[in-house]
Amino acid sequence: MIDVKPVNRSKLTIIQNSYYPELLKGLGVTMRHFFGNLARHTGRAIGLKTKDPMVTILYPEKTRHIAPRWRGRHRLMTRPDGSPRCVACMMCETACPDDCIKITAGESPDGRIEKYPVAFEIDLLRCCFCGLCVEACPEDAIRMDSGYVALGGVTRSEFYLDRDFLLHNSEMTTHAQFPGELDGMVVKRVDLSKQSGGH
Amino acid sequence: MLAEFGIVLGKIAFVLFLILNGAGILTWVERKQGALISDRIGANRASILGIKLWGLINSLADAMKLAFKEDYSPPRGLHFLHSIAPAIAMFPVFLTFAVIPFGPPIELWGHHIRLQILNLDIGVLFILAFGSIAVYGSMIAGWASNSKYALLGGMRTSAQMISYEIILGLALIGPILVFGTMEPAAMVNAQNTLLWGWLPRWGIVVQPLAFLLFLPAALAEGKRAPFDMPEGESEIIGYFTEYSGMRWGMFFLGELAEIVVLSAVITTIFLGGYHIPYLYDAVEQAGQAGFHFPWGSYWALGDWTVAILRIIAFALKVAFLMWFQIQVRWTFPRFRYDQLMRVSWREMMPAALLNIGITGLILMLLKN
Repeated sequence: MIDVKPVNRSKLTIIQNSYYPELLKGLGVTMRHFFGNLARHTGRAIGLKTKDPMVTILYPEKTRHIAPRWRGRHRLMTRPDGSPRCVACMMCETACPDDCIKITAGESPDGRIEKYPVAFEIDLLRCCFCGLCVEACPEDAIRMDSGYVALGGVTRSEFYLDRDFLLHNSEMTTHAQFPGELDGMVVKRVDLSKQSGGH
Repeated sequence: MLAEFGIVLGKIAFVLFLILNGAGILTWVERKQGALISDRIGANRASILGIKLWGLINSLADAMKLAFKEDYSPPRGLHFLHSIAPAIAMFPVFLTFAVIPFGPPIELWGHHIRLQILNLDIGVLFILAFGSIAVYGSMIAGWASNSKYALLGGMRTSAQMISYEIILGLALIGPILVFGTMEPAAMVNAQNTLLWGWLPRWGIVVQPLAFLLFLPAALAEGKRAPFDMPEGESEIIGYFTEYSGMRWGMFFLGELAEIVVLSAVITTIFLGGYHIPYLYDAVEQAGQAGFHFPWGSYWALGDWTVAILRIIAFALKVAFLMWFQIQVRWTFPRFRYDQLMRVSWREMMPAALLNIGITGLILMLLKN
């Protein structure tokens, strides 16, 4: 049995039915916005500190503030001597739901460490930015806090990130990938390695 | 003879300059005003050597884009009609402006110049007649495209325009009765008198109902929101489906020019034309040009000052109405098509007839 709930539709009053009063109310709303915004823009143009009425972010000249927990493009952490922190344990590769990480392990030249990644490839086209690889890593070797937002490219190969790229990801500016096009873009990079200490 | 010819040519050039530039700038105004209303920024990217002019360059870029796009004509359509339909839609709009007095008569180098291209006794009929011809543009565009969607769109558009033309005509009968003339210049002058010694006898004062009917009917006639079904080209397929490039742009130029022209028509008939309340020139007030306020004070002004003030007043009234039409476009949601027809035939037409009856009755009582 389908439950039927009768809805009482209130009849329009004669004032509402004559259109014009209601139309004027609507016009009042848009005029409030129009003149308010016009005044605020003019105020800002002549140097008053009025509120910026626009919610638009003028990308790419400005970018949104990126939270420290932002999951962007991956980067690989290094030890103080510059070698990768990764020990090629395959935890992230196993955890990855998209199968986008491919690690080739090799014997580490450092005697205290068993393995290191000879190759560490991430296919960003498959990545769903879930962050499970970061969670899985026992060495805190992979992070996604490179502060990089503009993930774009014109060829597929631009989205296959190799080990050396990932190791230097946090140091690279955005200009490297889009020379010229995104000139002047400011990316607020958050370097968590300074905050966490220890490691 | 040659001088008169030059004067007429000059007036035509001035009016065309006014309408075409007005229409061009309106594309920018429309975008920016809509942006302000919905808390956005609007067009601001196109620049020439870093000069952006608050987005005005975007309009130039748009025109460039339209000019360089492919001018496509459907292979099985009627090529000739398809080509001239945009012109048929656009030119009546420009012609309408011919009978609009945009300023008071002036004396220049011994010539008496009326700031009006064509002084017609039946100017109001002229306006309505050329408004009707614009229907052919959209009809022919729909027919010549050899596309069922364009044809249906053309039919829908012409049905809408014809329905609202009736309202336009009926609404104008009220002012014609009150002012007793069909000549726009005489109508404008009739509005420079006072009611009870203080209220300017503008069309909107003596014929408020006619104004409230004429304004929405004019919006519908110009295919402006909230009556813009013919042009909701992304949501409903309209009569210019098969148009591209500058020919498509001509339809829009015509529409924007129509905003300018309709604003001028409404100004002329309902908002006192170029007149400012209490401002008279030397001819009207026996040599005492200037403001004659109802409380008896008098502010003397030169003849030329009065003329220039009046031209500015006309421009400001038209600008206000253009702004208002765009404000309306960004405020009201579109009517459904059956609502559009119902509003026209079942609500506005009886109201217009009522207005004629009441006006006639009052005029008869006043006369006796």
